[in-house]
Amino acid sequence: MTAQRPRYAEEAPYKIHGGCGLMGLCDESGTLMSGEDAILAMAIQHDRGNGLGGGFAGYGIYPEFPDHFAFHMMYHDVRAKEDAEALFDEYFVVDLAEPMPTRPVKRITDAPLLWRYFLNPHPRKLEEAESSAEDYVVKAVMTINATVDGAFVASSGKNMGVFKGVGYPEEIGHYFRLEEYAAHTWTGHNRFPTNTPGWWGGAHPFALLDWTIVHNGEISSYGINSRYLETFGYKCTLGTDTEVAAYLFDLMLRRHKLPLELACKALASPLWEEIDRMPAAERELMRSLRAVYGPAMLNGPFAIVLGFNGGMVALNDRIKLRPLVAARTGSVVMVASEESAIRAVMDSPDKVWTPKAGEPTVARVAGMDWPIHGDLHLSPTEVSCAVTGTETSCDFEEARA
Amino acid sequence: MSYTAAVVEGYSDVAPQVRRDGGVTTVDARGVYYRRVNETVRQAISDGATHLVLTGVNGQRYIGTGVSAHGVRIDVHGTAGNDLGMLMDGPMIEVFGNAQDGVGNTMNAGTIVVHGDAGDVLGYGMRGGHVYIRGDVGYRVGIHMKAYENLVPVLVCGGKARDFFGEYMAGGIAVLLGMNTQFPEEPVAGSFLGAGMHGGVIYVRGTVEPWRCGKEVGIFEATEEDMATLVPLLRDYCSAMGMDFDEVTSQPFTRLAPFSHRPYGKLYVPL
Repeated sequence: MTAQRPRYAEEAPYKIHGGCGLMGLCDESGTLMSGEDAILAMAIQHDRGNGLGGGFAGYGIYPEFPDHFAFHMMYHDVRAKEDAEALFDEYFVVDLAEPMPTRPVKRITDAPLLWRYFLNPHPRKLEEAESSAEDYVVKAVMTINATVDGAFVASSGKNMGVFKGVGYPEEIGHYFRLEEYAAHTWTGHNRFPTNTPGWWGGAHPFALLDWTIVHNGEISSYGINSRYLETFGYKCTLGTDTEVAAYLFDLMLRRHKLPLELACKALASPLWEEIDRMPAAERELMRSLRAVYGPAMLNGPFAIVLGFNGGMVALNDRIKLRPLVAARTGSVVMVASEESAIRAVMDSPDKVWTPKAGEPTVARVAGMDWPIHGDLHLSPTEVSCAVTGTETSCDFEEARA
Repeated sequence: MSYTAAVVEGYSDVAPQVRRDGGVTTVDARGVYYRRVNETVRQAISDGATHLVLTGVNGQRYIGTGVSAHGVRIDVHGTAGNDLGMLMDGPMIEVFGNAQDGVGNTMNAGTIVVHGDAGDVLGYGMRGGHVYIRGDVGYRVGIHMKAYENLVPVLVCGGKARDFFGEYMAGGIAVLLGMNTQFPEEPVAGSFLGAGMHGGVIYVRGTVEPWRCGKEVGIFEATEEDMATLVPLLRDYCSAMGMDFDEVTSQPFTRLAPFSHRPYGKLYVPL
């Protein structure tokens, strides 16, 4: 089948200018929090959006199905549902399929059919595909989004889910009954669509496997990023720039196993003149990184929060063209577009600060597998080691001596 | 799974509770939508109130925005929202907490004192009045400040600043002390200090590495003439913040000023 852009009746032909709001909340002790705090943080930032998109991602929400891929699906009509379910039946073993639990909310109208599936790759098909379960799922997501008319995968990771749609985030949160879910990590988004229409699939977070992205800003390098991603089998079909950030993290962190610092520096590259001032080893590393991952650089203003099983990472563009504030109280780390969102949730934070442009703010849940290659806060030598994996570059003691 | 019909709301669109006690008008802003808070403040001022105390503030935008009045004082308890004192003409605002982005945006006259940190684009296009911040400030602080005759805006930041401090500055005085900071390891200012600057002056307590400055900027030691300008400003700042003037002036200051008033004068002129 050819990769065609699906038709969505929800798409509007007009364009509105404005901003966005976001939040991320993670308890590094792994303690679960209900969705109410996430909703409150976004409700405080109500005026950063205009009701054309709101959404949340929660991690640790499906303890009954920790090892199943949880597919959150949006269907334009019954036909789309039948087409997608035919694919599920062929390529996966579905252990539970059910409508998403929702409640009526006054301003939430024209919702698509919302279903969720707990499934795993069909063992024989997976063996035939000669790929990892994750690559198998990615391919299925790309196929559904690109070829099943009116069907859209909102999320496809384990023990997590994305809840999003057209409306203000607090309305979307009530609609999806988020207070009934408990997560160690939440992210949230309030959309003010700028360059692309506000539609259910175009709301944030954008997700692939358990990576989710909420984003404030605009990615003016979308063209080069999406062409680059196509060469690795990703299909950008959702008509919104943020999609590329989710796929770039999947590519760099999961498939290429780049350390987090390097992936962040590829997206928010230091300026050339900054690189010139770096110590020799770091300078060479950054030059190589920009040469190899040039097409992965996100040009334009952004503040993003990447969520995954194990924590979250918040990142700004290299010259901080979008707001981002961070805070910590005990084991709880929180980021948001505005300090008020943090203070609405945390009574008296131990520390509130604005992260530096281009430098990741990281929250890591204790006791969980860390899906990212390399440990946190690597030195340039350690990063070189993680990238090349050769023994000589990993012999730190010798290098330091 | 238990069903609870939780309705989480950021702010309620209701009039705030107001209490008048002698000369003080107290407005309980906790959980009240910014429009209702600001309507109440404006109404109170037009009814003759001269001292307002806003309690429970958390993120309400536009406090003091567009208020044109002299001899009015507004105390803000909590985190002041974006565009605090935007286009303000005269009042004195004192924030007991942090302020978010856009403090003093295009402000005309008056004073804003923040006993905490402030965010990005502080003092954007400011054309008069005083803004005093106790702690650290964000990116693009003092961007495009301007001055005209006796309207000279003054910005004093007690902590450290990120990149683009005084970017495109066209007039006024911006002072950076680097003292009350939660980033002791960081430099006093980030990169692109005074980039594109073509008017006004930046004073930095201590020294600045030349590579941090925009190419339009000259770096000088502050002269006696400079100190004659600075001393009264710093005295005023110290008294507002309860800081020790002698400690503030215990280090020499660096003066940053543009080489040219019209760096782009030849750019658009036909040859």
